[in-house]
Amino acid sequence: MSATAVHSLWTTAAGAADPIAKIPAPKIEYAQLSPTLIILGAALIGVLVEAFVPRKSRYYAQVFVSAVALCAAFAAVVALAADGYGTTKAHIAAMGAIAVDGPALFLQGVILLSGLVGLFTFAERRLDPEAHGNRVDSFAAQGASVPGSDSEKAAVKAGFTTTEVFPLLLFAVAGMLVFPSANDLLTLFVALEVFSLPLYLLCALARRKRLLSQEAAVKYFLLGAFASAFTLFGIALLYGYSGSMSYATIAQVVDGSITNINPALADTMGNDALLLIGGAMIVMGLLFKVGAVPFHMWTPDVYQGAPTPVTGFMAAATKVAAFGALLRLLYVVLPGLRWDWRPVMWGVAIITMLGGAIVAITQTDIKRLLAYSSIAHAGFILAGVIATTRDGVSSVLFYLGAYSFVTIGAFAVVTLVRDAGGEATHLSKWAGLGRRSPLVAAVFAVFLLSFAGIPLTAGFAGKFAVFKAAAAGGAAPLVVVGVLSSAIAAFFYIRVIVLMFFSEPRPDGPTVAVPSPLTMATIGVAVAATLVLGVAPQYFLDLANQAGVFVR
Amino acid sequence: MENLIALLVAAPLLGAVVLLCGGRRLDAVGHWIGTALSSASFVIGVVLFTDLLGKNAEHRTLMQHLWTWVPVEGFQADVTFRLDQLSMTFVLLITGVGSLIHLYSVGYMEHDERRRRFFGYLNLFLAAMLILVLADNYLLLYVGWEGVGLASYLLIGFWQHKPSAATAAKKAFLVNRVGDMGLSIAIMLMFTTFGTFAFGPVLSHVGDASEGKLTGIALMLLLAACGKSAQVPLQSWLGDAMEGPTPVSALIHAATMVTAGVYLIVRSGAIFNAAPDAQLVVTVVGAVTLLFGAIVGCAKDDIKKALAGSTMSQIGYMVLAAGLGPIGYVFAIMHLVTHGFFKAGLFLGAGSVMHGMNDEVDMRKYGGLRKYMPVTFITFGLGYLAIIGFPGLSGFFSKDKIIEAAFAKGGTEGWILGGAALLGAAITAFYMTRVMLMTFFGEKRWQPDENGHEPHPHESPRTMTIPMIVLAFGSVFAGGIFGIGDRFLHWLEPITGHEEGNSPVSALTVTLATMVVLVVGVGIAWAQYGRRPVPAVAPRGSLLTRAARRDLLQDDFNHVVLVRGGEHLTRSLVYVDHTLVDGVVNGTAASMGGLSGRLRKLQNGYARSYAVSMFGGAAILVAATLLMRAV
Repeated sequence: MSATAVHSLWTTAAGAADPIAKIPAPKIEYAQLSPTLIILGAALIGVLVEAFVPRKSRYYAQVFVSAVALCAAFAAVVALAADGYGTTKAHIAAMGAIAVDGPALFLQGVILLSGLVGLFTFAERRLDPEAHGNRVDSFAAQGASVPGSDSEKAAVKAGFTTTEVFPLLLFAVAGMLVFPSANDLLTLFVALEVFSLPLYLLCALARRKRLLSQEAAVKYFLLGAFASAFTLFGIALLYGYSGSMSYATIAQVVDGSITNINPALADTMGNDALLLIGGAMIVMGLLFKVGAVPFHMWTPDVYQGAPTPVTGFMAAATKVAAFGALLRLLYVVLPGLRWDWRPVMWGVAIITMLGGAIVAITQTDIKRLLAYSSIAHAGFILAGVIATTRDGVSSVLFYLGAYSFVTIGAFAVVTLVRDAGGEATHLSKWAGLGRRSPLVAAVFAVFLLSFAGIPLTAGFAGKFAVFKAAAAGGAAPLVVVGVLSSAIAAFFYIRVIVLMFFSEPRPDGPTVAVPSPLTMATIGVAVAATLVLGVAPQYFLDLANQAGVFVR
Repeated sequence: MENLIALLVAAPLLGAVVLLCGGRRLDAVGHWIGTALSSASFVIGVVLFTDLLGKNAEHRTLMQHLWTWVPVEGFQADVTFRLDQLSMTFVLLITGVGSLIHLYSVGYMEHDERRRRFFGYLNLFLAAMLILVLADNYLLLYVGWEGVGLASYLLIGFWQHKPSAATAAKKAFLVNRVGDMGLSIAIMLMFTTFGTFAFGPVLSHVGDASEGKLTGIALMLLLAACGKSAQVPLQSWLGDAMEGPTPVSALIHAATMVTAGVYLIVRSGAIFNAAPDAQLVVTVVGAVTLLFGAIVGCAKDDIKKALAGSTMSQIGYMVLAAGLGPIGYVFAIMHLVTHGFFKAGLFLGAGSVMHGMNDEVDMRKYGGLRKYMPVTFITFGLGYLAIIGFPGLSGFFSKDKIIEAAFAKGGTEGWILGGAALLGAAITAFYMTRVMLMTFFGEKRWQPDENGHEPHPHESPRTMTIPMIVLAFGSVFAGGIFGIGDRFLHWLEPITGHEEGNSPVSALTVTLATMVVLVVGVGIAWAQYGRRPVPAVAPRGSLLTRAARRDLLQDDFNHVVLVRGGEHLTRSLVYVDHTLVDGVVNGTAASMGGLSGRLRKLQNGYARSYAVSMFGGAAILVAATLLMRAV
């Protein structure tokens, strides 16, 4: 090849002397994105705090920054909602990447509140006795030290604490805020990774039973990466099908209102096999995050191994964020496909409800029990998702709000029941707890009754709303299965109550730690929310109903 | 004026609250508070009555809306009172007789240390009974219905230290529950049929409903009436209810509460008119009960139980009349009012006798009391003449009309019902003469009791005799005031409607026949109890007599059929529960547990097998989605 010919390869364009089109500056609505931006900014400040603030003061600085940021972000969400962004002014911001609408704001509010009460349990430092004169929390003294090694002992002796958990929490929250409001597939994936990676790390940071914690984190990471791969591949297939990442465009291609073919994708565009396979794979990634059968197997191991405050936060907020994303995907991107995905989701919902409830019966560890319970609840929520009506959306929103408080509260109670080895999570140790600590046992009983869906608790109102929407949406058989699996689930919830109140306490039984006002606040808020949402749910149902419309 | 209606209820309700919550410091004046508030209600009733009299017949319905009780879309229940001619009649009867009996109780319960509570319950009863008759919808009526049931229960068992009283109260409560179920079912049927349970809309839209539904509603209402008014087959509680203090028997179990069933039927007349089959059942129930009660009344030696049988029988007359439709409604209510006077008077007389005889109730231990208790004798005697239908007295006017109306039903039914009513009149004359003779005539038969106390019969104090005298006036004159010139008919007709019917016999013939059976009944009784001395120990008696002493085997029937049957039913249900239901439940639980144990093994802790499961799941998910498109 001659030199000119080679030269012309990279000068042809310039040779045509076309004026280079300026890249337009993207238009970013900072105010509407403020909740996410506040949390991300605070997380960055948290990193700087780790770098520049003396070790002794870091804990206070981190808790302060995190709490202020979460409150401010929540206030921003409320301000946006009050301004009408949830209803009349709902629109798509940041060049089509982020939706600001009712479901997004509602779920962001729930996630931020979960983050706030979760933060209180993260910051709790009075459950364990002081080690070498230093207060300790639930997290490893130094994550990098090998369990049982000398360096770990040295770190404990030096009174180190892993205050990095607070920025990690904030990063996770930021990802979760974006996840349900993501309006294109790339944003969705980025958000997924942004909140998943900090959670993998947090799972590995337990102070007690560190090997179990690290094993859980590795499993979570491996399986999470595996699921992400499916999601990413699904995204690629959908792009191939539609030639776009944007939810709105894909939806239009699906329903046939866009027919012009991108020449670069002439071979694949409009190929329904790509659409169906790609959609199913993205959905699979989201089902992994919500813990639906058969993508649930990480849940018990991770819930058990992770530090309990992390478990509580993760169980609540991940589920909220992932269901938000799933709702948006199914309602905004794939509504034209609902005759294809609905039967499949029926099957997933049924085996999730039954599987979670049945396997929970034989669990002997309270954290694993709650993990299977969360699987069953994922099934109940899926029943509402399948309704494909506005009531379906709002009932799922309400259920998520109710469920997240109950879950965080329940795991907060788990942190209180302790023996020499840390938390006493084996169920046999909970025998007779009601005789020794009637208040703690009664509070836990309230949470269990709410999980079981007994009237006058939040769980009942949520379950009722979801099942009602599902029945009205033509999924009556699903409701029957749901009620049956609720009956099965009631067995193991009530069994714990029976164990706590009607069994003889064991002589070597655990003690109930007296927590600081932080955990007390978490549990108090959770109990109050459980009862208020159960006794007078109407206001919140109305709120969820107002927020039940997605912007397209 | 209509704003006064709520005060009718409020006064006794206030009394009940004050007396029951006021504590011991009110012990000294409690009975006077109760009597005063009851009388206040009566005075308000009289004021309202004069107001109604001053209006035209078509403007005599007053409504007072207080508040909306259940404001649910499509299910509206108002607390609204309705005062019309029918409820006005009841208001005067309830508050008038009620106030007299309050006064009587001041003396009768003088030595009872729980007198304040007794008056509290009495006031509670009055309030509930007034709610019952003033309610403008069936749901509010149900409140009053249950309220009087509660008051009745509390007052029958007032002497709760006596096991017999406690049992009787429980029995009354349980039997009444059966009737109450009928009322609640009737109200539900009404709601599903008419979408409301207010009197006005329901009764004016009867034509829109099918006859089958109306018959169902009517039969359920009849069931309710049977329970409250002690009609066959729910009559068994009334005799035992006499365990309550005698003023209670007079007020609740003779004059007012037990007539609530008649009120219910007459008030729901439009429904019954449109359901002739149900009406037939009503007349049959009435006829059977009037004979049943009368026969039981013949055999009882306990003066209160004899009167209780009589009450049952007389309410049978009212139910019979109510079942006749527009021919009989007015006379049912008229007999109800006159009965309220003379039966309350008779019970108060019986109470007065017991008061003087150390609470002895066995008439075989009375005898010749007319010399010892002249006032009681005269007032009781006037009540006696009134109930047997002696010409010119109250019962004559009202009962005669019912017998006429029964004949006027026409056809074979008319003859059978009229015949039963006539026969009942004969038996009434017999058993009431028996009571009269055994109590006030003949030789004295009382003996010292086991402690050596011999009764010293004496006249009762003024607070007791005055009510008896007033009621005696009512027994004598009420019938004439109502009956002569058809005053009562004109008063009530706008509410209940009226028809003459077509009697196969003339009114004069019926009256003469009634006189004949009256004389026959009195004559037989005199031959048996007046001419011969009454044995102090009851003779064995014929088979019928012995059956009647056992209330015509009602309790045996209930025991064998209902109690035994119920026990067998529960036992077999328990058996089914233990074997079948528990078996299924436990089997399901065990199989779920087994399944759980097996599924649990899938969770083996290896990330690799978790990943395989995810991969398989994703494959199935994709395949299923594709399959859905393919089919």
